[in-house]
Amino acid sequence: MTRIANNIDPTTADSRNSDVMPNAHGMFGEYGGRYVAETLIEPLAELEQAYSHYKDDPEFIAEFDTDLAHYVGRPSPLYHAQRLSQKYAGAQIYLKREDLNHTGAHKINNTIGQALLAKRMGKPRIIAETGAGQHGVASATVAARLGLECVVYMGEQDIHRQAPNVYRMKLLGAKVVPVTSGSKTLKDALNEALRDWVTNVDNTFYIIGTVAGPHPYPLLVRDFQSIIGREAREQMQQQTGSLPDALVACVGGGSNAIGLFHPFINDESVNMFGVEAGGYGLETGKHSAPLNSGRPGVLHGNRTYLMEDDNGQIIETHSISAGLDYPGVGPEHAWLKDIGRVQYDSVTDDEALAAFHELTRVEGIIPALESSHAIAYATKLASTMSSDKKILVNLSGRGDKDINTVAEIEGITI
Amino acid sequence: MSRLQATFENLAKDGRTALIAYVTAGDPHPDLTVQILHTLVEAGCDVIELGIPFSDPMADGPVIQSACERALAHGTSLKQVLNMVEEFREQDTQTPIVLMGYQNPIEVMGMKKFAKQAQQKQVDGILTVDMPIEQAEEAVNEYKKHELDNIFLIAPTTSSERIKHICDHSSGFVYYVSLKGVTGAGNLDTVEVAKNIEEIKKSTTLPVGVGFGIKDPESASKVAAIADAVVVGSAIINEIEAHASDNDKMLGNIKALMSSIRLAMDNSSTNQQQNKEVA
Repeated sequence: MTRIANNIDPTTADSRNSDVMPNAHGMFGEYGGRYVAETLIEPLAELEQAYSHYKDDPEFIAEFDTDLAHYVGRPSPLYHAQRLSQKYAGAQIYLKREDLNHTGAHKINNTIGQALLAKRMGKPRIIAETGAGQHGVASATVAARLGLECVVYMGEQDIHRQAPNVYRMKLLGAKVVPVTSGSKTLKDALNEALRDWVTNVDNTFYIIGTVAGPHPYPLLVRDFQSIIGREAREQMQQQTGSLPDALVACVGGGSNAIGLFHPFINDESVNMFGVEAGGYGLETGKHSAPLNSGRPGVLHGNRTYLMEDDNGQIIETHSISAGLDYPGVGPEHAWLKDIGRVQYDSVTDDEALAAFHELTRVEGIIPALESSHAIAYATKLASTMSSDKKILVNLSGRGDKDINTVAEIEGITI
Repeated sequence: MSRLQATFENLAKDGRTALIAYVTAGDPHPDLTVQILHTLVEAGCDVIELGIPFSDPMADGPVIQSACERALAHGTSLKQVLNMVEEFREQDTQTPIVLMGYQNPIEVMGMKKFAKQAQQKQVDGILTVDMPIEQAEEAVNEYKKHELDNIFLIAPTTSSERIKHICDHSSGFVYYVSLKGVTGAGNLDTVEVAKNIEEIKKSTTLPVGVGFGIKDPESASKVAAIADAVVVGSAIINEIEAHASDNDKMLGNIKALMSSIRLAMDNSSTNQQQNKEVA
């Protein structure tokens, strides 16, 4: 049986130990917390209580494990990308194939966990926000399977960018609500979902898709996604006899990255790299890289690094990938940056797009544009390392949803 | 004695309920805000809640979200909001002003600097929507030090234990959110509200204001009968939005709306008073 959370005695663990984070107030160092309107305080406390009960409940754990195995298709493979590695004549690149999960991305790991909680808490209606549509699809999927009503909030701009996923959600029976306020992207979808939740809190469970939002969301999403790193750690040791030298994952809100990183946090020999969306380049200001060029502030229920102007207004972000187009980042990443455990860097739209094509042509795997950021960074990193070193990349999603975007950029009519 | 305390005490002497008006600073244009505030006072408003515009007002409905967007389109900053209060004070030294908003713009200015300036410009209280009591220790102390009242929200979901905790750290008044929802929503249940006010009154002697979902004389008079203050926001902003290009009409309509609400409330509290005397 898999444990959902790593239970380590907090009295003996050191303060850099991610297993003791967050503290009782949901803080990762100075980040995280619960910055929400009063109406949501009790519902969040109720959720925290339910989670802290069920995470150790054998029946809950067994159901979660069974669903991950037989519905999601876990464990996802660990694949040695030999041709890609040879091309860069450096470190060996391994891909954790979250793209092969049911619904095509890592998002389903978390929605299964939260939907099982919703069921136990007696909430017949679930809501979700989505950017790229992967979390929306994953939420609509579990809702269909459990017979729950599902409403997904999605920025109008993203609805245009991710048309195939919008149709998938509708096929699955979800109602997709276009969000027209603000920048019409993921952050505005999150605002609308919070407004829905505050209004329908009695019968509604809000499935947040990333490791952000008010406590306990960053904690429970991390725990549900940590299956990625736990599996990869074991697979790496089985296939190669040792741990990887480096981990690479893209970071928008940061759930796939935390899922991969968390089980390796105490392995000091493993370097970790989080890759933010550099958009048109950090120097242009048109990007989605708050850890690289933002500063700490408060948004969407937590304190974290944000993209904001001099007056504290959240600014519009840009990324080729809707899933990374978000001005904040999970508070645990903010903390991991400050303590220096993870290095956060960025790659541009163009680099990500090149990696998208390269992985497709060299390995026969079409990556999501989000994951393409991680691939782009990993190939750069690989070329600086010797061929006996190993890089583990989280291939967090598949690129089928992005083919329209890519075709449009390249002036091709499908 | 703080302006808020004095205002509530004077109203209580007359058996009247306070009328609190919310508008977003800088909407429809920063140059008009002070004029709008004076109009609200002329119409009989006792306290002003001046919204600090924020790009992501997640506890507000579409009406106030749009007001924020209009204000931000003109670049309304927190510094400007404080200057508006200063300008308002040139003519009005009596009406309390509570700044209401979200934490991030305050944090960018710096909590200490903000508190100091708010006091200098004669702000009376601060209400930070996304700062529940657990996260507010530093803010509460800083604002107290600068003689600013700490206003907190209490919601229908707030437990009795929390109500006590919140009231212990509040001053000026406490703000009861009348419904589960965002600002400007409907479905106000006055029986439920009355029950919850009773619960809050067990924990505090502070006046209890009620807001969210009060939009016309009828709903205002119902709430006036059970609360110490009635907050009206989105209904005013609807007028601003509808007549943003015609200042006279906008100010005229705001004045008419708030005067009619004021009148309905006074009638309601007079009836209450008489009923109490008869009983």
